Formats: sequence, C-alpha cells, structure tokens
Amino acid sequence: MNDEYRRPDPDELLAKVQAEEQQTTRGKLKIFMGYAAGVGKTYAMLEAAHQRLNQKLDVIIGYVETHHRVETDALISGLEQLPMATLEYRGTHLREMDVDGILARHPFLVLVDELAHTNAPRCRHPKRYQDVEELLNAGINVYTTLNIQHIESLKDIVQQITGIAMHETVPDRIIEGAEIELVDLPPDELIQRLNEGKVYVSDQAARAITRFFRKGNLTALRELSLRRAAERVDLQMRDYMQTQEIQGPWPARERLLVCISSHPLSERLVRTGKRLADDSNAEWFVVYVETPERMRPANSHKERVSKTIRLAEELGAKVVSLTGHSVPEAVIDFARQNNITRIIIGKPVRPRFIELFRTSVADEIIRRSGPIDVNVISDESGPLKSSFFENLRPHRNWLRYLWSVLLVGIVTGLGFPIYSFIHPTNLVMLYLAAVVISAILWGRGPSMLASALSVLAFDFFFVEPHLSFTVADTQFLITFAGLLVVGLVISNLAGTVRDQVEVIQKREQQTSALYGLSKRLTESMDIESVMKTILEQLSLTFSRDAVILLPERDSLVVRAKTTELTLDENEVAVAVWAFEHKQPAGRGTDTLPAARVRYQPLITAHGAVGVLGAKPLETEKFISPEQRQLLESYGSLAALAIERAQMEEQAKKMQLTYVTEQLQTALLNSISHDLRTPLSTITGAFSGLMEAETAKKGTVHFDKKNRLELIETGVEESARLNRLVSNLLDMSRLEAGSLKLNLQPEDLQEVIGAALTRLAPLLSTREINMEIEPELPLIPMDASLIEQVFVNLLDNAVKFSKPDTPIEIRAYYTGGEVSISVSNPGEGIPQEDLEKIFDKFYRVRRKEDINGTGLGLSICKGFVEAHSGRIWAQNHPKGGAILTFTLPLRQDNSKEKTRG
Amino acid sequence: MVDQGVKILIVDDERPIRRFLRASLISHGHEVHEAETGIEALEQAARVKPDLIILDLGLPDMDGVEVTRKLREWTTTPIIILSVREKEEEKITALEAGADDYLTKPFGLGELVIRIKVALRHTFPVNDHSVFQTGTLKVDLAGHLVFLDGKNISLTPTEFQILRVLIWQNGKVVTQRQLLREVWGEAYSDESHLLQVNISNLRRKLEPEPAKPKYLLTETGVGYRINIVP
Repeated sequence: MNDEYRRPDPDELLAKVQAEEQQTTRGKLKIFMGYAAGVGKTYAMLEAAHQRLNQKLDVIIGYVETHHRVETDALISGLEQLPMATLEYRGTHLREMDVDGILARHPFLVLVDELAHTNAPRCRHPKRYQDVEELLNAGINVYTTLNIQHIESLKDIVQQITGIAMHETVPDRIIEGAEIELVDLPPDELIQRLNEGKVYVSDQAARAITRFFRKGNLTALRELSLRRAAERVDLQMRDYMQTQEIQGPWPARERLLVCISSHPLSERLVRTGKRLADDSNAEWFVVYVETPERMRPANSHKERVSKTIRLAEELGAKVVSLTGHSVPEAVIDFARQNNITRIIIGKPVRPRFIELFRTSVADEIIRRSGPIDVNVISDESGPLKSSFFENLRPHRNWLRYLWSVLLVGIVTGLGFPIYSFIHPTNLVMLYLAAVVISAILWGRGPSMLASALSVLAFDFFFVEPHLSFTVADTQFLITFAGLLVVGLVISNLAGTVRDQVEVIQKREQQTSALYGLSKRLTESMDIESVMKTILEQLSLTFSRDAVILLPERDSLVVRAKTTELTLDENEVAVAVWAFEHKQPAGRGTDTLPAARVRYQPLITAHGAVGVLGAKPLETEKFISPEQRQLLESYGSLAALAIERAQMEEQAKKMQLTYVTEQLQTALLNSISHDLRTPLSTITGAFSGLMEAETAKKGTVHFDKKNRLELIETGVEESARLNRLVSNLLDMSRLEAGSLKLNLQPEDLQEVIGAALTRLAPLLSTREINMEIEPELPLIPMDASLIEQVFVNLLDNAVKFSKPDTPIEIRAYYTGGEVSISVSNPGEGIPQEDLEKIFDKFYRVRRKEDINGTGLGLSICKGFVEAHSGRIWAQNHPKGGAILTFTLPLRQDNSKEKTRG
Repeated sequence: MVDQGVKILIVDDERPIRRFLRASLISHGHEVHEAETGIEALEQAARVKPDLIILDLGLPDMDGVEVTRKLREWTTTPIIILSVREKEEEKITALEAGADDYLTKPFGLGELVIRIKVALRHTFPVNDHSVFQTGTLKVDLAGHLVFLDGKNISLTPTEFQILRVLIWQNGKVVTQRQLLREVWGEAYSDESHLLQVNISNLRRKLEPEPAKPKYLLTETGVGYRINIVP
C-alpha cells in the first residue's frame, strides 16, 4: 500500500479542525429521531433533558408538544418553560416558539420539539429548523425531535413506501451536523399503542392514518431509519479513524456529478445524487448547462430550474452553472476537469422510433464518458411536451413563417420566366438563396420550412412532369436530397448563430446597464446623488420600487426611496436583520419572507454600509437567477459607491475642520498682532522715559520735546488698545446674546461729537465734513452703542483712506427713519466684498497690510440691527466707500430685548 | 565706544512704533531715518548708508526676510529684526538670511540699546593671540585652553568648537542650524539633538549654575548666544 492511504488528507484534517472550532462557538444539536409518530421521541428528549438538569445545567423548554399524554406531561413539570409568542394572523391567534425570548434568555440547552414544523406566516423564518439554526449560531445547544420521513433526501423513498408526499422536510445538512439518537419501538407495539389511543393523530392526518400505520410501511420506515442511523455511525467512525490516523482501507474518494435540466425528473436526480453521495461519502456536484437553445427558456422552465438548484444547495451540493454549445460536451469537459468518478443523468422514456433518429443527451454522455461511470435514471413521464409550443413564441413567429412561405413563393414566381432558358437544377440555387435569407432574417424554424417548401415547389413546378409531385427523371431525386440537406444545415447553422447573437445581445444589455450605472455612479460625487442614481437605475431596469437604508448612530434610517414606497416598523426590522447578519432577507428569501420588500445588505471589504431594498412587483412570485444576479451586481456597485461617497464626505468634513483651524490660527495671529503693536509702543515709550530718569548724565539726553513725544505715543496707543479691547468685549456680548438696549431719546449731533472726541488723536490731521439735517428730532437709541458704531465707522474710514483726505458724515430723513452715512475717499471696496465686510473677522484683501481684526464692522452691524436698523456699504461713483446705517424714529418698546 | 552717534534706519509700518523709537534713539545721540515699506527701506539703505538697520518682519509690501536677503546682496550693515512672537520660523530664516539679531515685541528700550551695542561690535577676531573673556570665563582660542575662575577646564574638541563659533559671533545669536553646520558639517544641520547634548555638557562644565546659565544663553526655538559680561 502506498502512504497516501495511511495518512489523512491535509484538507480534510483542516476541515475537521475548522468544523470543531465552529462547534466550540456554535451550539450543539441533538436530534431524537424516530420512524413514525408515537415511538416516544419527545419522551426520550425530556428524559435526556432531566439528566442534564441533574448535572446542574441550565435547561429550558422552548417548545414541546406533549399532546396531553400523562407520562410526558409529568416530565415537563420539572423544567422551566418559556412562554410562547402569540402572533395574530388574519384574525386568528397563532402560537409559535419565541425565538427572541430564547436568545435573550440564552440558556445552555433548549428543547425544541418537531424540527420539521412549518412556522405560521409572518414568523421570522418560514421553517422551524431555520429558527434552530439561529439558536445554534447564537451558541445555544438544542435538543429536537424528527421523524425519518421528514429528511429531504429520503422524501422520494418515503413516498414510494407510503404513497404519501411529504411537504415538511428538513435539509440533510442540518441532520449531518447533529448528533443522532435513534428512538426505536417495534412496529407491533406502535400499532398497539395507536389502537389504545396513545398516539396523537390530528384530524387532518386521520384520513392518512389507515394508509400510513400499516405494518409493512412501518417496518420499511423503521429499516430506513435504522440504516440512516447506521450510516451516521459509520461516518463518525470513519471521521474518528481519520483524525486519529488509524489505518484502514480508505475508499478512493468518489466525486459525483448530477446533470439537471428543467425536466421535473431533475429533483429526483438531485435527491438520488444526495443519497449516493452519502452512501459513498462522496463530494457531489450539481450541474446545469446553459446552451444557446436553453438560454431563452419559458418562465415555467426557469422557475423549475431555480427550484431544483435551490434544492441542491439545501442538500449540500456544489452547484455549478455551465455555458456550452452542447450539453454532453460541457458535462464531460467539466467531469474530466474535476475528476468526477460518476455521472448521474436522467432520461425521459421516449417512443422507440424517435430513439432511432435522435440520440438523447444521456446516450451521448454514455458514449463519451470513457472511464467515468454513468447512472441513468429514467422516467415514465416522457420528455417535456410543453416545450415545443412554448418555444415557438407565438405572435411574432407565425408572421415569420408566413414571410418565409412568401419568399419561396416569390422565388417560384421568378423561376417561371427564366426557367425555359436555363437548366432547372440552376433554379435550385435561387431556392437555396431563399433558405439562406429566411435563416438570416427569421431564424431556424422558418428557414427549415423554407427548405422543405423549396423542394416541394421545385418538384411541383419545374421538374417534369410539371404541376405534379411525380418525378420523371430520377436524377432529380439527388437534386432534391441535396437541396433539402443543404437547406436544413444552413437553417440550423444560421439559427444557432441567431440564438447566440440574441443571447449576446441580452448579456450586452445587462452589461451596458451595469456599465451605465457604474459610470453614472462615478460621476455623482455626494451621497445623495449616488443614492438617487441607484434608485433611478433600479426602477429603470427592474421597474420596481426601491429603498436605501443607511446606518445612523445605532439604527438604520431610510435615506432615499422611490415615492410610492413606505416602510413600516416591521419592514425596517427586516432590513436591520439583513444589515446585522450581512444576508439578504425579506421577500423571496429564507428569512422573514412575509415582508413586502427584498432587502439586500450592501457589503464592501470594510463591512456592511447599508441595505438596499427592492420591492418585487405584486404579480411576480419569484426572481429569476439572472435577475437576482443583476440585482446583486447592482448591490455591490451601490455599496462601493456609497462607501466612496461616505469617505468623500468624511474627507470634506476633515478639510472643513482644517480650514476652520487655519482661520482660527490666522485670527489669533491677527489679534495678537493688534494687541502687541500698541503694547510694544507703550512699553517702549515708558522704558524710554524710565531711562531718561535713571540714566547717567552725559550718555543719554532726553530733551523735553522727546519726552513729550514718548508720552503722547504712549497715551495714543493706550487709547487704541482700549478700542480694540472694547470691540472684543462688544463682540462677545453680541455673541453671548447678553446685549441689553438702554433706549433714550438722544441728540444725534451729541453722540457724533462724543465719538469725534474719543477719536481726536486719530483724527487730528483729518478734515471732518458734517452735513446734518437741521430739524432732526431726538432719536431713541442706546447712546453708548451708537457712539461705538460711529467710532468704528470713523476708525474704518481713517484706515482706508490717505492721511490728509477729508471724511464726510451725513444724516438725513428717509421716511420714518434717519439715515446716517460715513464716507471717505480712496479706493473703495471691491464689489464682491460689499456684503462680506460685515462678516465677523472678514478683512478686505489689499496690498497694504492694514491692521484690524475684522471685528469693527460686524459689531456695527450687530448694534444697528439691535436697534431694528439696517447697515450697508456702497462705493462712491467718484471713488471711496460710503457706509450707511439707519435708525428708526419709533422704537417698538417690545423690542427692548435681548439680542441673540 | 563705537555705538555713539551712529546712523540708524528704522523700518516699521506702524507709525507709533517709529515715533517712540525715533524719540528714544535720538535721545541716545543717534541719527534716525525712517522707512514704512520694504522698498522704501532698500532705497533709504542705499541712500543714507546707515550703520544699523532695525527691521520689522511684517511689512505691507514685502517680507522682512526678503528685505534682509536683498540688503545682504551688497551690504554687511548689522540688521536687528523686530517681530511678534508667532514668527519664530521667520526669525530663524531671517537670521540665516543674514540678520544679526532679533527682538520680540513688546520690548523695553534698555534691551534694544544693548542689542544695538552688540550688533555694532565687530565679530571677535580669531587669531594666534586672541583671548576671549566674559566674566570669569577665559578662552585662549589659539591654545585651545579654557579657564573658569583661573582653573583649567578640559573640553572635548566638539565642545570647544561650539564655544569657538559662539565667541566668534561675539554675543550675537547663532541659530541651531548655523552651529550644526559650522561644527558638524552641512549633512548634520537637522540633528539638533547633537547640539542639545553638547550644550548641556558645556553648561555643566562652564556654568556655576547650569539651570540658570550665565554665559551660554538659549534663545528658545532659535539658537544660542554667548553673553558678554564685563
């Protein structure tokens, strides 16, 4: 023997370790399996639970149905039982297991009876086994019960034995991951118990009871379950031997391949494949081949294929969809590449005469299979009859056939005038041309019809004797055969090309739809337009309502949707589930299918960024695989685009913070410059004076003029410092909203005078031209604030004009209010800055660096507006700036207010 | 002394600053000229040929550093920089562009007068006979000997080099980069930790109280200077 047989395969070992690791976090499932109702599964489960309870473990009952049997009821009494959740559905109250309650309670072990149960509509999952899976995923151990006939892969066999089709089935993967305890009772005893009324039978089942509980049935089912249990033990044994490196005759690993089509037989093939794979511990594949003819299948076919594929996935097969020109070729190629050892294929039974002409796919595969075993499963139901009609696609097709008939007619018509000049066989060429044209324009069917008609027409009209199908010259038979064969071959080729082109066009459409979306998404920068684009494109391609939910703080929020769609709380809860579990949920999925909308999480490399919901049309029961795929592609594009937009937003925010910080730094620099300059002068002047007093005679000589100069500068700069500080204080008062107006009737002239006095040193070289309307009444105002307004406006005028130019102050009536303007000659204010100069910290950019914090005018604005006045800036036509503010003559007393 | 009655050019855009400087400096017997902008400063410097220039960094038309560079293209007239504290980087660039010293606003007149004196002093002549003295610290540059309170102090060659560069500048500030370049070479001009370690060693050897240095003064963020104590 070689080493390979002794040593475990590293891949298998890894898988084993991973499975064990998963086991440590995942809860363990134990199934109490019986072959029929009444064998005592629930009783056995409760007994086992009591044993665990005695070990001081936390055991609760999630759901147990005792059917009021005394022994079972007695066992329940010692266990904690979680109340059921009550659901209202169409007026009736349904009681179902409270999954959320169990998750919240989080016991060590929970008992859940009847694994195959179908939940009431509106539950989170349609099937109880899905609830159980969620519990297991949450790390809770589960004990459950199951009858053998509910195992998916045994469905067919059970049906054969009992004649009853099972609808409630549990996928095999659930059973494979579980520990199985077989609960057995000899059939005789079971029948006796049934007769004693100890077995619960529902009303619905009453009619089936006589068929089901027959000794023959029960024996067969018992054998089935014993065998199944034995297989499980065998598998565990082999597992054990492999991990412990125990030598043994390892069977060469089998690899099975099941070919499926849209034929109903396919489901049986998949189940058989599962059974065979289990028996031989093989890896198994389910393959569906898309050929050009199959690429546009009727809807009913599509639905059947995707149902079969789902079944295969549930049973644990690796499902592969292949594209190829011919089914056998594609299957054999795949089988060779993947070292398949056995192919399982179906063969509908067909009339023998058809077999003579056409080899079936199964026969072709057998012919090419070489060393690969082929299992053929036949079916009495025959090939799909509906397919012929469905493939014709009525409306357009009849017309196409008509066209091709017409074309043959025209060719025949053309033949009459010329046929006396040429040899009749040359007319064949014209007919061939007609066939080619039909093939190109109208496809395979019409072209085949044209071939047949051409032969008939040629024979009838142009071959002696005319207007008869009889042929005088047998040589023409060769011409007929040639015409027919060539015509058919051309039809077929052209038809195939046509089909392929159509498929390519369809793909092209999908691709270009995706391309269009991605292009539009790259163009839209912000998140709102990204979401809008996605929704638009969705409703364009799928013509359905859609919604996008994005996380905000701790919850999901609807951020964009098509107008008709509204989501209630329950719908949002489904979306949240999809977001948290990173799995699709809602309509058409396994989770919460009662929802109206299908929710798909938007996943990127960094996790889920949101959820995309698409509402299928009311009439639509199912989404085709292609549509699902396209929808998923849309989803991943959307996810990337949203993530990108979010990142961009973040970057923008950071940029904004950066700019704000820069602004703050600039402001701080400016304020500190403005504070330091007067301080420097004051310090300098005083230290100079001090030196004048203390310095030794002879070295320094401060004369009177210089001393005065120093004192003057010091005083002026102190005043400047004071102006700056009071501006800063005013600003903070305005900002804090603590500005209180003390309104008194005041004489404007006096207020202006006070301001001029305060600015006397600054204005010493300036000519001030005042033009105040004589009979101006007293104006209600807060004098100290308006004085500050004047000071700031004048200070501003001085700063922005040449030292020896005049400054002008005007005050005049303008209907109910007084306008006051301060103007100075000079450059004026750039047009774009006229409004901005009242913004806080805004300074007009100029060549000369004029000092100022940019506070003065914004304080003016604040003060004037507190008086219900307005302030604005304009440029004098002859140059220079005019700043004007208004004060109303009547102050509304209620406006004696706090500004904020 | 040389600092009596020299021509000084004041370059500052703030009138009050110019005003008090003028009054003070005239009282010290100097001849004062004023300039408001960089252009004006360059013109005045060429015209009146001042002995010293007091230059504000924040000028309306051009940067003080730029003015320094332009001046250094043709004159070695000492330049004292006036600046507000934030412009530390600019101070360094100005010093490296050729300015002799700097003062942070606000400053006292006494401080300015001292700086003017230092700036007007010529660089210390390093030759075979030169012996530098400040307080009780005496350095024989030719003999590579250092005495503190008459006691011989042994310095490493690097420490001596640092001391030599500072002495040569004769009390003017030397930027870290200038020191690194002079002592270690161009490639080390960013390795300021080398300098810090050696300065702290020098202080331990030369300063009576290394925490309160008397001879080796730090100009925070800019560089070092040697203090000339009579």
